[in-house]
Amino acid sequence: MALADTNSVITDRAASAGLRRRRYAADLRLRIYGIAAITVAIGMLAVLLGTLIVGGAQAFVQTHIRVTFPVSAEWVKADDPAAGNWRNVVRDGLAQVFPDLSAAEQREVVKVLTNNAQFFVRDAVLANPSVIGSTITLDIPAADPYDQLNKGVITRDTAEENRRLNDQEIQWFDTLVERGLVSKPFNWGLIFNSNSRFPELAGLKGAIVGSFYALLVCFLVSFPIGIGAAVYLEEFAPKNRWTALIEVNINNLAAVPSIIFGLLGLALLIQTFGLPRSAPIVGGLVLALMTLPTIIIVTRNALKSVPPSIREAAFGMGASKHQMIMHHVLPLALPGILTGTIIGLAHALGETAPLLLIGMNAFITSEPGGVMDAATALPTQIYIWADSPERGFVARTSAGILVLLAFLIIMNGVAIFLRQRLERRW
Amino acid sequence: MNVMQQATTSPIEIRTPKMPAMEGRAVSVFYGQKQALYDVSLAIERNQVTSLIGPSGCGKSTFLRCLNRMNDTIDICRVTGEIRLDDEDIYNRDIDVVELRARVGMVFQKPNPFPKSIYENVAYGPRIHGLTRSKIELDEIVTSSLRRAGLFDEVKDRLNEPGTGLSGGQQQRLCIARAIATRPEVLLMDEPCSALDPIATAVIEELIDELRENFTIVIVTHSMQQAARVSQKTAFFHLGKLIEEGHTSDLFTNPKNKQTQDYITGRIG
Amino acid sequence: MFGYLILTILVFTLVAYFVGQTAGRSFALADRQTHSLPGYHGAFVAVWVGIPALVLALLWVALQQPVIDRLVIGSLPGALTSGATPAQLSLILSEIKNVAAGQIFAEPSPDVKAAADLYVRWQDIARWAMFAAAVALMLLALVIARSKLAPRFRARTGVERFITGMIIFCSVVAILTTVGIIASLVYESLEFFRRVPLHEFVFGTRWEPQMAIREDQVAGAGAFGVIPVFTGTLLIASIAMLVAVPIGLFTAIYLVEYANENVRRVVKPVLEVLAGIPSVVYGFFAVLTVAPAVRAAGGAIGIVMSPNSALVAGGVMGIMIIPFISSLSDDALKAVPRTMRDGSLAMGATRAETMIKVLLPAAIPGIMGGVLLGLSRAIGETMIVVMAAGLIATLTFNPLDSVTTVTVQIVTMLVGDTAFDSPKTLAAFALGLMLFLVTLTLNVIALRIVQKFREQYD
Repeated sequence: MALADTNSVITDRAASAGLRRRRYAADLRLRIYGIAAITVAIGMLAVLLGTLIVGGAQAFVQTHIRVTFPVSAEWVKADDPAAGNWRNVVRDGLAQVFPDLSAAEQREVVKVLTNNAQFFVRDAVLANPSVIGSTITLDIPAADPYDQLNKGVITRDTAEENRRLNDQEIQWFDTLVERGLVSKPFNWGLIFNSNSRFPELAGLKGAIVGSFYALLVCFLVSFPIGIGAAVYLEEFAPKNRWTALIEVNINNLAAVPSIIFGLLGLALLIQTFGLPRSAPIVGGLVLALMTLPTIIIVTRNALKSVPPSIREAAFGMGASKHQMIMHHVLPLALPGILTGTIIGLAHALGETAPLLLIGMNAFITSEPGGVMDAATALPTQIYIWADSPERGFVARTSAGILVLLAFLIIMNGVAIFLRQRLERRW
Repeated sequence: MNVMQQATTSPIEIRTPKMPAMEGRAVSVFYGQKQALYDVSLAIERNQVTSLIGPSGCGKSTFLRCLNRMNDTIDICRVTGEIRLDDEDIYNRDIDVVELRARVGMVFQKPNPFPKSIYENVAYGPRIHGLTRSKIELDEIVTSSLRRAGLFDEVKDRLNEPGTGLSGGQQQRLCIARAIATRPEVLLMDEPCSALDPIATAVIEELIDELRENFTIVIVTHSMQQAARVSQKTAFFHLGKLIEEGHTSDLFTNPKNKQTQDYITGRIG
Repeated sequence: MFGYLILTILVFTLVAYFVGQTAGRSFALADRQTHSLPGYHGAFVAVWVGIPALVLALLWVALQQPVIDRLVIGSLPGALTSGATPAQLSLILSEIKNVAAGQIFAEPSPDVKAAADLYVRWQDIARWAMFAAAVALMLLALVIARSKLAPRFRARTGVERFITGMIIFCSVVAILTTVGIIASLVYESLEFFRRVPLHEFVFGTRWEPQMAIREDQVAGAGAFGVIPVFTGTLLIASIAMLVAVPIGLFTAIYLVEYANENVRRVVKPVLEVLAGIPSVVYGFFAVLTVAPAVRAAGGAIGIVMSPNSALVAGGVMGIMIIPFISSLSDDALKAVPRTMRDGSLAMGATRAETMIKVLLPAAIPGIMGGVLLGLSRAIGETMIVVMAAGLIATLTFNPLDSVTTVTVQIVTMLVGDTAFDSPKTLAAFALGLMLFLVTLTLNVIALRIVQKFREQYD
């Protein structure tokens, strides 16, 4: 073979210059595919977050209407104000704004305010009984259609028959605007109210508290058990078929669909053990079983990363194996364990399907008082709202999602902070 | 277009007998803030074996990896100075790395056959560079390369078996066969025997001596005996600097520099 | 009551700890040759006092209700109970409990009233008995454990043995979870297959679970053929994989081979965000944004599609799975030794050639494992399909049609108040069992492949 024949090599190379151009074209193509793929992924995320922010922003403000209610002694008795006829008080309040309406129109104009306006007035008067016989001025949330009108979701250009508000109603609202009675403050109710049938009043408090209880149970159960299991498997377990089975089992459990855990909760915890339906304790236990494999896996990795020199040093001082682990290995591995646990909990916070099956999607208008009370959770609340027909709930759903994402970002932020601040590199 | 030009003009240069195959001029290498090589100038003579020696971390491998720009694969690496191949700076922006590496092949410290058959391993280079037009030609390149690498007789019956199934020494010779199958002008070897046993090392050393006939070879080694056995020219590196270079026999018998003397007599390193 | 008992146990345990610790201290003062530190003596006694009492209390609470129920039923006059079905019995029982709790709607019969009184009395007795038993047990344990303490007594070993036992139990919890899943799924499914034959379930091509719960309801006869549900699941999962695999794989290729550190520093967190978004959010996104957009796009080119087409559900699910595929492919590509990549580049291969001809073939097993895990995810994914896919099981492979999935059916059958033993709810468990088996098989194969792949380069 005449490799020494340099000439033939050179001509080959000259001829292959064209080939090389084609090869670079192929290289460029692959690069472009990659950029395209990343662009699609990032673009989708941008569209997703964009629609949520645009759609949800509205729900962070709420139209309020300032009305001065005459609390006449005729409707409200000073000795038993709670039993007063508050519906009439509300009607009188609006009648002062719109003095010359027929009785039928008066019944309609009341609907500018939320359906529960009477309770707002009642609670305000009960808190300050001295106003009985005089007047009280309150900012009352507007009913959903008027709120939507104020936010421009319901437009005036739409034909009257296709609108949820007729011309008369829009005119009433415009009157209120002209008199400067309409305001649009930040919607604290979104976070501090519980769920309601009326979008203008519906809030996330019950769901946040429910999620908190469920996560608390989840943490209290899965954290100690997860660490215990990881310590046993990593430090004590003999390498035999039994521990191999446990290991395979944990890896598989991490990939079992979440809805299966919901079935487990329904059949075992609710039907067999008789725990209450819709309760955060059941949700928490189900989430704990789901989070357990994650915690075991991260804990084992954290334990593995503690260098053997530390262990040998502890043994060298005459520490028992338990003391070596409790005094040296676990404290050193703790930041890693915490980071993984928080990420696992953040994942559990967003989990929806198993909570649906155990009934944490009930309609509940007050926050749960404990882990045994019926409750909803943030993701199930979002699901309920997404399923609700009222227009106002669309924005609330987006807003609810933004609140959920905010919680997730905070949790992941804490995890990243822990990882960067506390985790030691060996 | 530049690539074409360079390819057509190179034969004239190649025939100029006195010119070294490659030449580094004031080469410095930085890994981020850290400088790994200081102003190294070294000529690589045609059809000779040049060995780079020195204690570990002295920059000899770094210099070697500059010669076919393998340092490009490390993000934070920066090279200054010139390295000439046929009187053209290989760090010139117009230079095509792919073509450069076809001309300057490399064999690594640890045998790294692809997880493919022996045949496919050797055929990989000729295929991607379009060196052959037919299966027969390809067969011929594969056979001749394996033969040159002294491996053909051992593997001729199992060309379709995975290259990873060979012994360490065989794997390294497969990697050499793979490297010479693209018909490079220069062959870089980064401690090619460090992962091998003495017998396999002897085979490779013998092979290097034979290959010198057709290729210019640069070898990094930390074994001074090996440098003495296989090379005609030796360069001694220490702490990122080129301390001394010269004919191998001169350098080993009569080192001019104190550090070189200390190293070859075993006082540093 | 139970809360007080737990509190009492805690107090006793604390006392026991101090008793043991004091004893340990006295040993240490008297004699320097003690085996364990005083704290271990304390912990030893505390464990012996607290744990048995805790176990007793939990068992008692678990068993008290059924025992009392049986006693109450037994006390009822024969006229009421003879020949009553279990359902009727449980009705009577809940009436008794209502009366006992003071929720009286109509004047109860004297028998029920008597039984209710009995029920209240027994509950009282049971509570006090539990309290007494627990306290007695703890006192006994305190005395015994304390008597064991001695200067050379190996309290530390005892405590450590207890801890070892506890952590063994912890690691068994994972096994128990799997056993619990299988047991509950199989138990309910067997119940289902007693009513609907297995072959009808596996081979049936009609899925119409809206059967009458009562005799007088108008509804379909109820057909439980799983094939259309299963094909629907596969259709949506395949669409998801068609979206996720190329995008995820090309993303990984770009990140591994082309991207510089800055690009990676931006893209990786973005992918993590994409992976961290809960699926209910993707479901809402599918319904609110993607479905109308896709329908409008289809309408513009004259394609009529169903409002909850498989395309939308599958597409959005695919987006959700992209980060999963890309990160596993990334890992697989990175696991290929660097020398392999250097070897190819040193021969003058372009980056694309190195990737396609060397790295990708070497990483294929790892990537395949990732794809299978992704598929298993797509099959088990619930919220996106519950919100964006259909309810009616249609046997079709047209991505523009509406199909339903296993998970959708499980949710619709079990959400809301349903009698627990109707074929409809039991069918959900049969579907659950099928889902579990399919995903388990995929997971086992995938994990096995990935593990083999990792071993190859370790």
